[in-house]
Amino acid sequence: MGISNIIFIIVLVGSTAFFAHNVRRILHNIRLGRDENRSDQKAERWKTMIMVALGQSKMTARPIAAILHLFIYVAFIFTQIELIEIIVDGVAGTHRFFAPYLGGLYTFVISLIEVLSFLALIATFAFLSRRNLLKIPRFTKSEMTGWPKLDGNIILYLEFVLVICIFTMNGSDEVLHISEGHGSYGFAISSWMGPAVFGGMEVETLHLLERIGWWGHILVVMAFLCYLPYSKHLHIIWAFPNTYYSKLRPKGQFTNMESVTNEVKLMLDPNADPFAAPAPDADATPQRFGAKDIKDLTWVNILNAYTCTECGRCTSECPANITGKKLSPRKIMMDVRDRAEEIGAGIRKNGIDFEDGKSLLGDYITEEEVWACTSCNACVQACPVNIDPLEIIMDLRRYLVMEESKMPAELAVMNTNIENNQAPWQFSPADRLNWRDEA
Amino acid sequence: MSELKVPTMAEMMSAGENPEILFWVGCAGSFDDRAKKITKAIVKILNNCGVKFAVLGAEESCSGDPAKRAGNEFLFQMQAMMNIQVLDGYEVKKIVTGCPHCFNTLKNEYSELGGNYDVIHHTQLIQDLFESGKLKVEGGQFKGKKITFHDPCYLGRANDVYEAPRSVLQKLDAELVEMKRCRAKGLCCGAGGAQMFKEAEKGDKEINIERTEEALATSPTTIATGCPFCNTMMTDGVKNFNKENDVEVLDIAEMIATAADL
Repeated sequence: MGISNIIFIIVLVGSTAFFAHNVRRILHNIRLGRDENRSDQKAERWKTMIMVALGQSKMTARPIAAILHLFIYVAFIFTQIELIEIIVDGVAGTHRFFAPYLGGLYTFVISLIEVLSFLALIATFAFLSRRNLLKIPRFTKSEMTGWPKLDGNIILYLEFVLVICIFTMNGSDEVLHISEGHGSYGFAISSWMGPAVFGGMEVETLHLLERIGWWGHILVVMAFLCYLPYSKHLHIIWAFPNTYYSKLRPKGQFTNMESVTNEVKLMLDPNADPFAAPAPDADATPQRFGAKDIKDLTWVNILNAYTCTECGRCTSECPANITGKKLSPRKIMMDVRDRAEEIGAGIRKNGIDFEDGKSLLGDYITEEEVWACTSCNACVQACPVNIDPLEIIMDLRRYLVMEESKMPAELAVMNTNIENNQAPWQFSPADRLNWRDEA
Repeated sequence: MSELKVPTMAEMMSAGENPEILFWVGCAGSFDDRAKKITKAIVKILNNCGVKFAVLGAEESCSGDPAKRAGNEFLFQMQAMMNIQVLDGYEVKKIVTGCPHCFNTLKNEYSELGGNYDVIHHTQLIQDLFESGKLKVEGGQFKGKKITFHDPCYLGRANDVYEAPRSVLQKLDAELVEMKRCRAKGLCCGAGGAQMFKEAEKGDKEINIERTEEALATSPTTIATGCPFCNTMMTDGVKNFNKENDVEVLDIAEMIATAADL
């Protein structure tokens, strides 16, 4: 085992361990949320995951982005085969370990990866230009400045470097292979691109280029692994559990608050004796009505936030956002994730009772945003990975109304009308059937 | 016009009769002058087809939808449980609503509070009446006209009902044109989530104006709706563009009642 194998193993183990540490950190943040039972309807959940995450069925609503994304997605999946070989080669010091075992199949697989990598390269350029030159509106909204904008570009730069490394590696190796008298590898692109670009170079130069390509490839992959947990690109992992645990009920069915049900039943039951209710458990923290901060949300809401890749389909379909209101469903998800990161870090450092005097509602999301929602479900429908910003918005409203009695004045009037007249307008309940006798 | 026959549940019970379906009118359908016309159109269709139905009348109460969407879960559940007591008292099994908001709430949100009913929207009932041959229209005044249908969020995306309203409109022998954003991608009229009862937050446009623009881009003679709130928002939008003399905003029930000469 040479020095390069040892360096390789250190890099591999180091970045994998760092990644695992970060995944544990994020899982801890997700678990800060309230319990929510989503263990029902397993068959339906698997089906949803296979269709929506694996099959990307909801991406097709925007065909151009769907095809470009598909190039990168499929290239990413198939490149894993080459990656396994690189890891074997890196640890054992072999060269193209699979080649002799797979024969013709190997040529086919590497050819496929080359073609897909080329398509991914086209997609990368297209995506970079959509973000930076064409300035597609959903990529230039106010929440997409600073880090989120850079984050979106970094991954595309990495993708670009990765593809260049693959072709440098295969192209120079092709020329070497021929010069050593073994003939061509016969890979789809490098068999003609290699001689065209690298033909006539010194053997030492070719060896160096091949190593630069090989190391470049694996180092970019490992850097990506370390970077991923800090980036919006986590969707490549969380999209699967997120779609599995997504809401299966009709979109119009909002959650029922059981804590409220018990109280309402007591109020409506003429035989109920309020003093007969069991004494409250002194140690139990009463659950807040609605959500003010991360711990009031469910773990599914927080998983949603970590799954969001900030594509902005939700925001571009949101009627409030389209007409210039401050609400952006994407920003809601980004705020939940940023706040979960903040509160999670605080809790790991200072214990579970950590308070920093800040909260999701107020410091991250304003009341104006919360009240601009029409609950139309366009954002939920638009999300390619079944994120539900509406459930969070509704829980924030519940907190404002039920804990702080804060709402637009007209809604307070509406509530009073419903309480007194059983209708949102000020009409007498006795007049409900008057329409029958009006001409 | 023949007189409307609108028995209440109480009247039916005292006569020892049992309706096959309860017509849940809703607050807009009961009190709003424009929406009352939709209510009457639904009744005309029910009367014409000999559907044995009843309304709750003064015993009906807000479904609680706007309270729930506005974050007031207490008020919603109070309303829901009172309504469930009334509905269960009359042993109601099947309900048709004239409003997608009542439809969604009664259908989806009452079950967890103990109220289980088979709830349909009025466009679904009209579709059933056509399919069973009880209802027939000749297209009438809509024949050859251009109609565009605005999907109510609480019928479409919320409950995946896209075909019933369209299949009913097909019967009018008219040209059905779709807006750019339709079905699952349909744009909200701006009234959902209790927005009907408040001013919109600051922005650069009203949502109903955005939607009306899109509807008018199809150059329709009629904008068809299936929700009293959408109807108000689209009517206001059309007025905003001074098009009220060229473009009508009508509920599907009104169009069918007119075409069938009821």
